Amino acid sequence: MRLLVCVKRVPAPGARINITADEQDVDAAHLGFTTSPHEECALEEAVQIVENHGGEVTVLTLGPAEAEEQLRYAASVGAHHFVLLPVTEVDWDPQRTASALTKAIQDLEEGNEPFDLVLFGNESADSGGFQVGVRVAQALSRPMVNGIKGIEIGEGTVTARREIDGGFEVYEMPTPAILGIKEGINLPRYPTMKGRLASKKAEVEVNEPTSEQGGQTRIKLHRPEEKVSETVILGKGPEAAPAVVDLLEELGVL
Amino acid sequence: MSVLVLCDHDRGSLAEASLEALTFGRRLANDLGVACGGVLIGEGADNASTSLASYGADSVYLVEHSLLTDYGPSAWGESLVQLVNKVNPTAVLACGTDRGNEVIAHLAASLDAPFVANCLTADTANPSTWLMTRIQWGGSLLEESELSTEQVKIFTVAHHGIEAEQSESSNSGQQESFTPELDESVTQTIVADRVVLTQGITLSTSPVVVGGGRGVGSAEAFAPLEELAEELNGVVGCSRAVTNNGWRPHSDQVGQTGTRIAPQIYIANGISGAIQHWVGAMAAKNILAINIDPEANMVAKAGYAVIGDLHQVVPAVLEEVRRRKS
Repeated sequence: MRLLVCVKRVPAPGARINITADEQDVDAAHLGFTTSPHEECALEEAVQIVENHGGEVTVLTLGPAEAEEQLRYAASVGAHHFVLLPVTEVDWDPQRTASALTKAIQDLEEGNEPFDLVLFGNESADSGGFQVGVRVAQALSRPMVNGIKGIEIGEGTVTARREIDGGFEVYEMPTPAILGIKEGINLPRYPTMKGRLASKKAEVEVNEPTSEQGGQTRIKLHRPEEKVSETVILGKGPEAAPAVVDLLEELGVL
Repeated sequence: MSVLVLCDHDRGSLAEASLEALTFGRRLANDLGVACGGVLIGEGADNASTSLASYGADSVYLVEHSLLTDYGPSAWGESLVQLVNKVNPTAVLACGTDRGNEVIAHLAASLDAPFVANCLTADTANPSTWLMTRIQWGGSLLEESELSTEQVKIFTVAHHGIEAEQSESSNSGQQESFTPELDESVTQTIVADRVVLTQGITLSTSPVVVGGGRGVGSAEAFAPLEELAEELNGVVGCSRAVTNNGWRPHSDQVGQTGTRIAPQIYIANGISGAIQHWVGAMAAKNILAINIDPEANMVAKAGYAVIGDLHQVVPAVLEEVRRRKS
C-alpha cells in the first residue's frame, strides 16, 4: 500500500502560551517544537498499516525550513519518503495551504498509482482551522471522513471508526480515500536508536510551494482575558473532606 | 438575504450545541436586518425542528432525500451547498462541533470560499470584509482574523463560546422542505453502522467529572476516583499524561485533543493544568483542584482547592460523602 501522511510542525507549550511583540505568532523562544498530536498518531497508524500490509509511507509537510526536523522524526519511527514545502510567512491561510498540498500530492502521484490512503490530523494543534484535509479531498475528488480513531484495511476498501458520545460510528469507504485522524487511535512509538541514526541519512525532497492567498487573513493574536479569581482553599490534607462535601452539597451534586 | 444556521441533530434528537449557533445566528441576523433560517438535514429532521423557533429561527429548512439515511459529511455538505445556492444567504454558520466543522468545511471547499472556524464574535461593519475573533490552541489564544469575500460568509461558532438563549420575540419557525439532487457517490461516507458502548451519562454531558492526572500514579490508583464518581453520579476523566501512560483509555481524556467537558463541578486530582488539559476543562462551572503542590497551575486557576495528597484526600471525601448519605 502507498500511504501519505500530512503533518504540521507546532510549538509544544506548557502551562502558558506567550505571543511575540508584533502579535503575529506564538513566542517560541523557550519552547520546543513537535508534530501536531493528531498527526503524530496519523503517522504511527500509517507505519503500522505498512508493517501489517506492506508498502511505503510518504510524509509531507508545509512549514518553515526547520520542519525538516519533523520529517526526520518521521523517518526515525519508520516512514520512508519525505517532502518539505518550505514557507517563510508566519501562517498560510487554510485555502492556500490546501491548494499547495493538493498540488504536491498530484505531483507525487504523477506517473504512479494514487496513494491508497492520505492521512491528515483532525485539526492542527495551533491554528485549528478544521478544513485543510477536507479541501484537499474535494480537490482530489476522494471520500473523506474526519475524527477517525480506528482503521481496518480491506480489499480496495477502508473501514474507519469515529468516536461519538457513548460509542462510535463506522464508515466504509472505497480507496483511494482520505481520513482525518484523532489522537487515541494508537499510542505513538518512541524512535529506536537505530531509527534515529537512519533518520539522519533520510533524503528530504524540497519543493517550493506556489499558491495564492485565500480569504482568511490573520491580523493579530492575543490572549483571552484571564478570569482573575481568588482560589478558595478549602483546607489541607484529609481534614478538608467536610468542607469539600459542604461544597458538593451547596452545588447540588450530592 | 438571510443568515442560515446548520443545526446538528442525531436521528431527530437536536444537539444542544446547535442552540448556541442559533443564538449567535439570530443576533447576527438582527444586526444585519435579515431573517434567520435554521437548517436540518436528513431523516428525523422534523422531530428536531420544534425548539428552533424559540431560539430565533424565522424559518426552518428541512432537507430531505432518500440517500440521507444517516449522517455523512459529503451528503450533508453537498445538500447544504445546494440549499445555499438556492437561498443565497449572507452568511452560513454552525456550531464548531466535530460535525459542524466538518460539514461547513465541505461547504466552503465546494464553493471555494474561505471558512473561519470556531469564532466568538463577528464585526460586520464592512460588508466585504468581516472581522472575526476566533479561538486558537483550543481556546488559550484568540486570533483577530479578516474574512474577506464577496461570496457568502462561512464560519463556525466555538462550542461553549456563548450561552444558548431563547429569543424574546416570537419567531415563526415556518417549515420549508428542500430536496437536493444527490448522486450515489455521497453514500461513500454515510455512517454504515453504529456501536453503542455506554448508555446514559457520558464525559461530555456529565454534571460531575472526577479527573485524575499524573499524580494518581497508576491505573489501579484510579479506583477511589471511580468510587467517588459513582457516589456523585458522575464519570471519571483524565489528563493526557494518564492516557500516554496507558492508565486509562483515550475516551476518558479531557483536553484539546480529547473531550471538552462542561460539568457543574470538575474535581481535578493531581493534575498540573497544562494548556492542553485546561482548554478541555475551562468550560466547567466550578473547579475543585486537589493537589499536593500549591503552586500548580490547576490550583491557581481553580475556584476551590485542597492542598494535599490526593491518595489521602479522596478516600476522606468518599467517606464523608457516604456518611452524609446514610
